[in-house]
Amino acid sequence: MSLRTLPLLFLNLGGEMLYILDQRLRAQNIPADKARKVLNDIISTMFNRKFMEELFKPQELYSKKALRTVYDRLAHASIMRLNQASMDKLYDLMTMAFKYQILLCPRPKDVLLITFNHLDAIKGFIQDSPAILHQVEETFRQLTEIYGALSAGEFQLIRQTLLIFFQDLHIRVSIFLKDRVQNSNGRFVLPVSGPVPWGTEVPGLIRMFNDKGKEVKKIEFKHGGHYVTAPKEGSFELYGDRVLKLGTNMYSMNRPVETHMSGASRNLASRTQESIAPNPLAKEELNFLARLMGGMEIKKPSGPEPGFRLNLFTTDEEEEQAALTRPEELSYEVLNIQATQDQQRNKELARIMGEFEVMDQPRQSASKGDDLLAMMDEL
Amino acid sequence: MFRRERSIPLRCSAAALCNNLSVLQVPSRNLTHFGVVHGPSAQLLSAAPEGAPLAQRQLHAKEGAGVSPPLITQVHWCVLPFRVLLVLTSHRGIQMYESDGSVMVYWHALDSGDVSPVQAVFARGIASSGHFICVGTWSGRVLVFDIPAKGPNIVLSEELAGHQTSVTDIATEPAQGQDCMADMVTADDSGLLCVWRSGPEFKLMTQIPGFGVPCPSVQLWHGTVAAGYGDGQVRLYEASTGTLHVQISAHARAICALDLAPEVGKLLSAAEDTFVHIWKLSRSPKSGHTEVEHCHAECVPDTQVCGVRFCDPSGSSFAVTGYDLAEILRFSSV
Repeated sequence: MSLRTLPLLFLNLGGEMLYILDQRLRAQNIPADKARKVLNDIISTMFNRKFMEELFKPQELYSKKALRTVYDRLAHASIMRLNQASMDKLYDLMTMAFKYQILLCPRPKDVLLITFNHLDAIKGFIQDSPAILHQVEETFRQLTEIYGALSAGEFQLIRQTLLIFFQDLHIRVSIFLKDRVQNSNGRFVLPVSGPVPWGTEVPGLIRMFNDKGKEVKKIEFKHGGHYVTAPKEGSFELYGDRVLKLGTNMYSMNRPVETHMSGASRNLASRTQESIAPNPLAKEELNFLARLMGGMEIKKPSGPEPGFRLNLFTTDEEEEQAALTRPEELSYEVLNIQATQDQQRNKELARIMGEFEVMDQPRQSASKGDDLLAMMDEL
Repeated sequence: MFRRERSIPLRCSAAALCNNLSVLQVPSRNLTHFGVVHGPSAQLLSAAPEGAPLAQRQLHAKEGAGVSPPLITQVHWCVLPFRVLLVLTSHRGIQMYESDGSVMVYWHALDSGDVSPVQAVFARGIASSGHFICVGTWSGRVLVFDIPAKGPNIVLSEELAGHQTSVTDIATEPAQGQDCMADMVTADDSGLLCVWRSGPEFKLMTQIPGFGVPCPSVQLWHGTVAAGYGDGQVRLYEASTGTLHVQISAHARAICALDLAPEVGKLLSAAEDTFVHIWKLSRSPKSGHTEVEHCHAECVPDTQVCGVRFCDPSGSSFAVTGYDLAEILRFSSV
């Protein structure tokens, strides 16, 4: 599908991650200066120039599992630590939020406005750091340059690619259930009222023309929905009213982060292909992933500041319980690469993935994935 | 009025692709075959009018280099004068099977050539005309394959240039025997329509300009082109001249599929706004122009519809697929 999808997927999921972390940092009463530093560190890593360069190269999407490792690293780009259960929950929330936004996106092109909503909010998180702000604006400039020129057809392909990426993911999210935008079976509610997309006419009219193009007849029909005209188009400029609300921060102190997870809510018959069949392409994917993450610079939690652990659940007990009760098919098993079936080795690989940025390998090495596999074999 | 019938369960949910449902009616055995794309695989199944699915088969796109398995873009049954073939298009190429999907009789790899690495390479848009099968591609070219009455000696006989952007859909109708009869229409991502006359050499008759919105689905009925667009509009044109006769503000979101019941001139339109509409097309006895009336609106709640097809020639039943939905919904008139 579209080879222009990864930057949009990464930036929007990253934006959702920051919304959730920001809310949890406040809910957990982390001192403001510390919280600010955590967000600054993550944003700075996320928008790192070299990393963005790799991200914007035309490429296919990664599997959900592989992408998850990228966010694992990103979430740990500061002194803050998340354990497995909290990280699972964070990724669930991020993916379901962006799935919702893509599904309700009025025109395929509006995926860009959703991205801008995330970038606008991210800029608001940055405090006292013009350098980081500049990084984000540089990414904005790149987005405008590349995506501003795409046709409606190309955006449609991008949206289809994203929808296929999120297909069969039906995790129930309490904030969506409360707002009645998600049904109890995990499917999102698609409204049949409100404004039509910009450039679309309110349905309900048939017009007939003669050979000379003159309108000769007009008939109304009952469409079944209750739509109104779009008020105005959102702004695609650096600063401006995006009009569209999708992609803005939906969390606040009164609307905490929560998830319901239930095996029954997913259709077991429609489990994704990747979880069933061993993926013979895993090695190649690893190559791409290593190249991408080679551009991600990670700060080690050393120095004067002591680290802390963030919990995505209200209490530690809840977190422990979630780790125990998580349905197996939702388990990401950080990089469950089929090159080896050995659990122990998977853990080792995860450890290597966690450290390889620090190993300072030559960045141009195209065979980094091979190296990783070689290291696994030596273990 | 239409009533919801028992739906047919799918092993895998339908992918968010346009025209993501193909139906083959086999009246002699009172069977209907359905084809739906899941993503990296496609599912074929057959069902009796009331019963559960009888047989299921999964097809995959041929593997190649790349990070992930190639995605399928469309499956479609092509009814030719002497045989029925199932055609599957993907990001790798074009696969043609015997109608039950059991044997692959032909494989055409897409040649990306000197295309820029930014461009996704794929085939999409399938239709048959006489003993030809026409398939659209990402580059805008339409490949014409000459199909023998039996056997695998399928040859690429012609490449049609008319589109500058990716082909979305192709529609044909049996030639009426007259000269200069337009019997094929192709659509693309920019909304441009090309009208062709089939034959040993296909001839471009006319082009109907787009307006920047993709045209994901087209149909052809008695010389009238029906086109569904990304802004929810359905437009009816005179095929031979390209004159616009009817413009319908039909849907609130992008149209993803049209279908025709040729015997009765009924048109189905389905869109991402969760609605399916049925329209009746007719020729005005006075002016000879195509006219249209709205017959039925069906809402499929919370479903981004991605495929719709009539299940019988008289248009009294239809089937619907939706993104993320692991079933085929069926409706029939009461």
